[in-house]
Amino acid sequence: MIGQPISRVDGPAKVTGKAKFAAEFNVPNLTYGVVVTSAIAKGRIVGIDDREALAQPGVRMVMTHKNRPKLARLDLNYKDQDAPAGSPFRPLQDDKIFYSTQPIALVVADTFEMARYAATLVKVAYHEEAHETDLQANLSEAHNPAAGPVNLFKPLPPKPRGNAQQAYMEADKRVSGEFVHQAEHHNPMEMFATTAVYEAPKRGEKPRLTIYDKTQGAPNSQLVVANGLNLPFKNVRVISPFIGGAFGSGLRPQYQLLLASMAALELKQSVRVSLTRDQMFTMGFRPATVQKIALGAQADGTLSSVYHQAIAETSHREDYTETVVNWSGELYKCDNVALDYQLVSLDVYSPQDMRAPGGVTGVSVLEVAMDEMAYEVGMDPLEFRIKNFTSWDQTHDRPYSSKEILACYREGAERFGWARRTPEPRSMRDGNVLVGWGMASGVWMADQIPARAEAVLGVNGKLRVSSATADIGTGTYTIMTQIAAETLGLPIDDVLFRLGDTDMPLAPIQGGSWTAATVGNAVRVVCEDLGKKLLKLAAQMPDSPFKKAKSTDVQFVDSHMRLVGDPSVAISLRDIVALNGGKAVRETSTSIPNMLKQSRYTRYTHSAIFAEVRVDPDLNVVTVSRLVGAVAAGRIINPKTARSQIIGGMVWGLSKALHEESVRDNNVGRFMNHNYAEYHIPVCKDTPDMDVIFVEEHDDVVNPMGIKGLGEIGQVGTPAAIANAIFHATGKRVHDLPITLDKLL
Amino acid sequence: MNPFSYTRPEAVADALNDIGQQPNAKFIGGGTNLIDLMKVNVEHPTHLVDVNHLPLGDITELPDGGLRLGASVTNADTAWHPLVEERYPLLSKTILAGASPQLRNMATNGGNLFQRTRCYYFYDAQMSCNKRQPGSGCPAINGYNRIHAIVGMDKAECQNPNSKTACIATHPSDMCVALAALEAVVRVTGPNGDRSIPMADFHRLPDTDPQRDNTLEPGELVTSIDLPAKGFPKHFTYVKLRDRSSYAFALVSVAVGLEMDDNGTITEARIAMGGVAHKPWRKSEAEQLLIGKPATDETFRAAAESLLDGAVGFGHNTFKIELGKRAIVRALQEAIS
Ligand SMILES: Cc1cc2nc3c(=O)[nH]c(=O)nc-3n(C[C@H](O)[C@H](O)[C@H](O)COP(=O)(O)OP(=O)(O)OC[C@H]3O[C@@H](n4cnc5c(N)ncnc54)[C@H](O)[C@@H]3O)c2cc1C
Ligand code: SF4
Repeated sequence: MIGQPISRVDGPAKVTGKAKFAAEFNVPNLTYGVVVTSAIAKGRIVGIDDREALAQPGVRMVMTHKNRPKLARLDLNYKDQDAPAGSPFRPLQDDKIFYSTQPIALVVADTFEMARYAATLVKVAYHEEAHETDLQANLSEAHNPAAGPVNLFKPLPPKPRGNAQQAYMEADKRVSGEFVHQAEHHNPMEMFATTAVYEAPKRGEKPRLTIYDKTQGAPNSQLVVANGLNLPFKNVRVISPFIGGAFGSGLRPQYQLLLASMAALELKQSVRVSLTRDQMFTMGFRPATVQKIALGAQADGTLSSVYHQAIAETSHREDYTETVVNWSGELYKCDNVALDYQLVSLDVYSPQDMRAPGGVTGVSVLEVAMDEMAYEVGMDPLEFRIKNFTSWDQTHDRPYSSKEILACYREGAERFGWARRTPEPRSMRDGNVLVGWGMASGVWMADQIPARAEAVLGVNGKLRVSSATADIGTGTYTIMTQIAAETLGLPIDDVLFRLGDTDMPLAPIQGGSWTAATVGNAVRVVCEDLGKKLLKLAAQMPDSPFKKAKSTDVQFVDSHMRLVGDPSVAISLRDIVALNGGKAVRETSTSIPNMLKQSRYTRYTHSAIFAEVRVDPDLNVVTVSRLVGAVAAGRIINPKTARSQIIGGMVWGLSKALHEESVRDNNVGRFMNHNYAEYHIPVCKDTPDMDVIFVEEHDDVVNPMGIKGLGEIGQVGTPAAIANAIFHATGKRVHDLPITLDKLL
Repeated sequence: MNPFSYTRPEAVADALNDIGQQPNAKFIGGGTNLIDLMKVNVEHPTHLVDVNHLPLGDITELPDGGLRLGASVTNADTAWHPLVEERYPLLSKTILAGASPQLRNMATNGGNLFQRTRCYYFYDAQMSCNKRQPGSGCPAINGYNRIHAIVGMDKAECQNPNSKTACIATHPSDMCVALAALEAVVRVTGPNGDRSIPMADFHRLPDTDPQRDNTLEPGELVTSIDLPAKGFPKHFTYVKLRDRSSYAFALVSVAVGLEMDDNGTITEARIAMGGVAHKPWRKSEAEQLLIGKPATDETFRAAAESLLDGAVGFGHNTFKIELGKRAIVRALQEAIS
């Protein structure tokens, strides 16, 4: 079962419309909230005229900072699992405007249409102050980031080692450059929405809310609603069975969650708030960065110095950080490394984790610089990387738990045909069209954290497993079903995995590519524990052949428990449940990482991406014609969903390289291309055939199952591979992403 | 989006009557632009008159050898119509370079003429914009203007930061660029009777009233777009440069139709550009430079220089000047081969 290309178990529900998303749960007497956003980027609200809006038939309320229900005061109450250091934004807190398009009112009406219309009638007067949203103009204001608990998973730069500056001066070859990446928005297909179902309080109690939310962690939404609105946790249930993509945007509760919950409490009625596509640009985003890199190498291609600095934007409220530069001190062997990461606080919403946060940002720069250096030292870019390979993480002075990147290079290059590459820029053509081949390495974390799961074997012999995790389209439902089915020897159809409900055992937010490892091991453990319970039950039968068996003496296959020594001695799982007095057998377990073992190793996934581009020599239109990704990610549970993850990541890498950019007009302090027509992601015609290779990699350090996670690694190396291919095709180095055709003119 | 009423007349006279009943009534074709603009609070019609059930849904041959494209024929049906494909392949190619199949299946020929600029500020009702809110200013000039015009605007006004009339918006249509090259004629009917407007006069430059995209009078209905007999089926092309390979508006685009004699000399030339001005951009001087000339890159470049003579950039869109010239050369190269 594990290792099989099983099709998504949730696929039929999704394509037939049975799968319900947050805005699709209908309840009686539902009202609809539409958000009004700020027209200015900084200042104060001095007046809100809601008379015309309130005069419309069916309009229930215009909720603003003046009439909202009471909110908790302390920042602590709004700290979600992914909150950086600082003061989290909460909607309608007071009259202050922190950023353009900030939510400032919620219009609630009996119909969505009326709420939307009435929202256009709310007139707001502001006292405007000068704003700053320009990262490049404010680099001198950069500060060292404040650290928070999340930095456990998103480390800030380590101390320097050796003397990078001196080594750079003494190097035979040097490359350096500045790189600017623009902001990007996650833009999942499904827009953020919350349906907050109100239940009147029983005598002496507080009301209850059942909340259908778009989130990457139902417990995370529960945390903020309960704390922020001062409700007991048991009065807040969050349900989120399906998510139409999130890419990190759902790692923190979005503002519609609190707005819908506040309105429901205020109106004592159920409220749905769904955001518009435009409003998907009014929340967290991948921050713009300005990066500087300088590499030194000896004539023989030995990397001798790495300096990498990133300056990123953040809000005035929080120091959002991501790990941008650390990779540059880890991926290759180098004795002299200096890394620096700083923030500039601007009048913007706090940036937020977006697929491969920091990783794709920093590695895109390192890997372009590596390509430049390969040309400087006159080596093939792939050979140059192989030469500087290391299996020892010099930053943490410890080995990698596994790092099969050499196999990625080898197998990827072979599949791509890299050996046929001629190194000279502009040397490969197809007719008149310039052809370029480029490659880059990729790296991402392979974390595992604690999680809980429940397994219930029903009287019908079917297994139900649950954990309050999420499936943002990655395939969590499917691979958890596989793991459970394999562990207890059941066919896929006899296993039902459920997720996304705070009534289920706790799991962390679904991010960082850790869900497969984290929840996967929890599912494994709970099924094993359930197996032990089943053994105990079977052993209690009169004359049981399992009487003396230990858990290692039995195996679960074909819906039976069998003795390992004599598989003909067997009992069906259904018969075991029958021994339980007609009751289902249940177990809840926690999987806890072996931190002692893990801490002795650096645990990462790796990849090598190869790209072919075609460039029109006069018009500079760039087409990516081939992408090959070779990935070392430990054990692959499901090659089909795994491949989809990598392909999705590579498409996004292509998007970052060529298309994607949230364009800010700093005069008005707002992102201006706030719709799908103008915020470009690749269409089918832009995406080439993609080849994905999973190289063999065994790793029993990362977690008992050897799973590494695949959510982000596909994206990390792709932009640099494409940028390097464009250089090879055209002879032009473009450092600023996205590489639009005007930058090649 | 404001509440509105809706009628679906079956006779043109009823449509004209319906539209005249309310000051803020609008026709609706496929709704692919109008509904979007209503949703983002830019358009606020109180009444919609659906044109799709009017007898304007046919493509018919004209006695002079031309073709009449009914106003409510969809863009898709027009592009794939055998007579259009055969006689006006430039128009087919151009339509198919626009939007997406789904949009083209909904969009009507009439509606395509009236689609409004994609200027980011025009689309964001919280921003000032001389086109949307006359006199409020044009933030695009000193702001983000990647998709904006390089010719045809009032340059002096554009240098005045407080100008109440400046506008550097472009007309976003692909189809209209081909229609301009083909010298199509827009037929309209209205309270004051019927009239025919040549494409060149249909859309306008911003001048002092950028709120007006075209020369249609209130209450007038487009009934058809007439194509003259000459369709350049042999030597034509449409080059569209954009930020992705489909489902994006043109940064610059060029429609070319040529007639050539047996010696390879150009005897007639049409060049129209999209993405550079408030209307499809043509200049007879530029076309004249090709007539009687051998089809060489030098000739093409000269025509390109002439068509974009005096072009100005505003920062983000400055690249369009050179890119546009190269696109013209490329289009002419493609058209002769
Ligand atoms: C995401 C997206 C991408 C697009 N990409 C492209 C592209 O690449 N290239 C391109 O060319 N276009 C593109 N389009 C625009 C599309 O071509 C237009 O929206 C479409 O042509 C409008 O036609 P419609 O019938 O839907 O017009 P509607 O939206 O119905 O109407 C538009 C206007 O025309 C008026 N109108 C309609 N019919 C008549 C009539 N008979 N007489 C008088 N007035 C009338 C209406 O009152 C309204 O003001 C895109 C649109 C979208 C949404
Ligand atoms: S360019 Fe025209 S449409 Fe755009 S903001 Fe300026 S006035 Fe408005």
